[in-house]
Amino acid sequence: MSTDPRHTHSPHNGLVVSGLCKSYGPVQVLADASFEVRPGEVVALLGENGAGKSTVSNIIAGSTKPDAGTITWRGNPYSPANPAAAIDAGIGMIHQELKLLPDLSVAENVYVGRLPMRGGRIDRTAMNARASAQLKRLGLDVSPERKVRTLRIAAQQQVEIAKALTLNAELLIFDEPTAALGGEETELLFQQIRKLKAEGMSFIYISHRLDEIAQIADRVVVMRDGRIVARHERADVPVRTVVEQMVGRSVERMFPTVSAPGNDTLLEVENLSSPERSFQNVSFSVRAGEILGIAGLIGAGRTELVRAIAGADPISSGSVRVAGKPVHLNGPAAAITAGVVLVPEDRKAQGVVLDQTIGENLAIGNFDHVAPNGWVFPKAVQKFAEAGIRRLGVKGRPNQAVSKLSGGNQQKVIIAKWVSRPPKVFILDEPTRGIDVGARAAIYDVIADLARSGMAVVVVSSDLEEVLGLSHRVLVLSRGRQRGILDRNEASNVAVMELATS
Amino acid sequence: MAVSNDTSNLKAGELKAGSGAQATAGARFSAVFAGTMGPLIGLVLLCLALSLTTDTFLTIRNILNVLDQVTVLGIMAIGMTLVILIGGIDLSVGSVLALASMVMGFVAHPDYLNLGLPAGIAAALVVAGLCGLVSGLLVTITKLPPFIATLAMMSVARGLANMITDGSQIVGFPDWFTSLSIIRHFGFLSVTVGLMIVLAVIFAIFLNYRATGRSLYAIGGSAEVARLSGIPVKSLTNWVYAICAVLAGLAGIVLAARLDSVQPSSGLGYELDTIAAVVIGGASLSGGVGSIGGTAIGVLIIGVLRNGLNLLGVSPFIQQVVIGVVIALAVATDTWRRRAQ
Repeated sequence: MSTDPRHTHSPHNGLVVSGLCKSYGPVQVLADASFEVRPGEVVALLGENGAGKSTVSNIIAGSTKPDAGTITWRGNPYSPANPAAAIDAGIGMIHQELKLLPDLSVAENVYVGRLPMRGGRIDRTAMNARASAQLKRLGLDVSPERKVRTLRIAAQQQVEIAKALTLNAELLIFDEPTAALGGEETELLFQQIRKLKAEGMSFIYISHRLDEIAQIADRVVVMRDGRIVARHERADVPVRTVVEQMVGRSVERMFPTVSAPGNDTLLEVENLSSPERSFQNVSFSVRAGEILGIAGLIGAGRTELVRAIAGADPISSGSVRVAGKPVHLNGPAAAITAGVVLVPEDRKAQGVVLDQTIGENLAIGNFDHVAPNGWVFPKAVQKFAEAGIRRLGVKGRPNQAVSKLSGGNQQKVIIAKWVSRPPKVFILDEPTRGIDVGARAAIYDVIADLARSGMAVVVVSSDLEEVLGLSHRVLVLSRGRQRGILDRNEASNVAVMELATS
Repeated sequence: MAVSNDTSNLKAGELKAGSGAQATAGARFSAVFAGTMGPLIGLVLLCLALSLTTDTFLTIRNILNVLDQVTVLGIMAIGMTLVILIGGIDLSVGSVLALASMVMGFVAHPDYLNLGLPAGIAAALVVAGLCGLVSGLLVTITKLPPFIATLAMMSVARGLANMITDGSQIVGFPDWFTSLSIIRHFGFLSVTVGLMIVLAVIFAIFLNYRATGRSLYAIGGSAEVARLSGIPVKSLTNWVYAICAVLAGLAGIVLAARLDSVQPSSGLGYELDTIAAVVIGGASLSGGVGSIGGTAIGVLIIGVLRNGLNLLGVSPFIQQVVIGVVIALAVATDTWRRRAQ
């Protein structure tokens, strides 16, 4: 983790960033950031949200200007005026939210803004042939004429990479490239990165998935509060060390101790199938005080399964019983009344109304409690909200807009919305997606508390550590089929992945 | 409202209940005046300017005139507020107004069915409600975008309105009916103006203090969040379009009383005036933001502007230009203000 002076000053053909500073008003988001990326190397840039990773990347990619500091790129001073200038210099960025035109073809997306012309018309033959060649280089077998909208997220990302390659990029910045990818797709991406690396390309790799870093990165740079707090010359640093550097304090433990479950079975799912066959014949039960983890690759049907149990999506056959009583799953309202609540996967689109206050968000779904005879009074909402805020430890006040809260606090608001009913079955889909490492432990504590208070808890997560760390038992899905349920003591990374990829 | 928000930002770090009382007062203040401060200032400035430039504007007789003139627009705008709040739009209100008034004339008038005005009014409201329900179902079941669903209904309702009498108007209603908009009780309040005010108050209370009203804000903020929270989004959406259409039908009846006649071409373009009034009042076309108070101010701005420009002798063509500019200005200042926060 020491700074190695030999590298920071040695001239080479890569990227040398030194002393970058950036402030927005009184807030300094970047202070004296220095690091380098050598040719043919993958540098992982780690840090919590707001640590300054995006600011650094945006400066290098030309979309933000620094207040101070210099960048050298292939031995020459480099200060791009805009992203186009960065691209001209050979530096591209693959954003987390892909910037593609969904209704244009793959080839058109690759060559947008510089479509090959012949005689005043677009030379589609040449365009498709060239795009095709780039896609082959990436090992992607997709027709260049296909509309981007019809591709899976992983393939869309490949199109972005192909686009960068045709622009002769020599340094690519990846911002959380695997956030939406499954295991196999991630592996494919890593293979491509390794291949391009061997050809001399350099990468800056930003990710929240710390377990990936050792696999793909050569070196690690850790940021916190706008500063670089550690540089590791090797990528196989213990995850815990990195987390402590990111958070800035020692991390006692990530996962709380979960107490033993009770005896009453609260949730029984029998032979549940979806009309689109995204899951078939799934059966399991969860007891009071028990946490059941659901693991599987992207597309295994995890989200679809829990949404169906919560009444959000229709089922084609099977049954769900809550505390012994059958639930007629014809909508979220029926499930909520029966005691089944869901914290959905996409917090911002499905979990909270961003423009409304914490109080309003908590009242939605609780009008039967907050509004006797249908009358909603601001005082009652305020009181209800204060109770929820206190119980979950939300950092905010009832009349504060939810959009101003951090991801972790938004998630707590969603949990607070349901916790007072109280529900019998609490389902959380990707409870820590996009939430800072430092704030995750608090969410885990909340989940353990839910179980301790006697609810049956179901947790879906792509983060295997999370599933293993929290659950009493782990149900593994693969391609919509239930591959097995592992007990806590037999559930390991390997055991789960074996089932998940079967 | 801007002021109360500023203080809340300053205290963002503070969690304790010390600021509780103030927060409640702030919440109530912002609930009643949600997003309406700008339009309210605009209305006051407009009235001031007209009071200074004309000697007729600031007379009781003229103010009552303005109220009379905005009743039709005002009643329609209440319904449109609900629709826009849930993130929808209703282009059919002008046509539904015409259809409802033609149904009323056809059922009630001695030349046609002659079943009496109460039957005519009831029939008009039922037909209007059915039009709205169909629009709602097209949105919720057929999944048409509201713009398209109500565009279709706009054409259908206009066609039906013309079919009833093959395009001719129906003239002459009983005196008691026309006097609803003429006789000013207590010296100032005609029944139609009173109706508009009562409806505005009822719907303001509904939107602010009823669980169903608050649910509409949730639907407009995010329909999926509302659905997953157990709010019956589809049925509420159907109801909102039905209520909006019934209010348009009611506006058609009020117009009939004012004109002592009904014609299939009435209400042409009213949907745009209505949407303009709601938007000037601070509602967001993307849903979740808006209030009856704001809409009332929007309606009054349009009413006062028309009235004032008439008093100043400005030609109707220039009036259209001015109203267009006001719409753009109102929404632009609102957008700027939001961004500044």
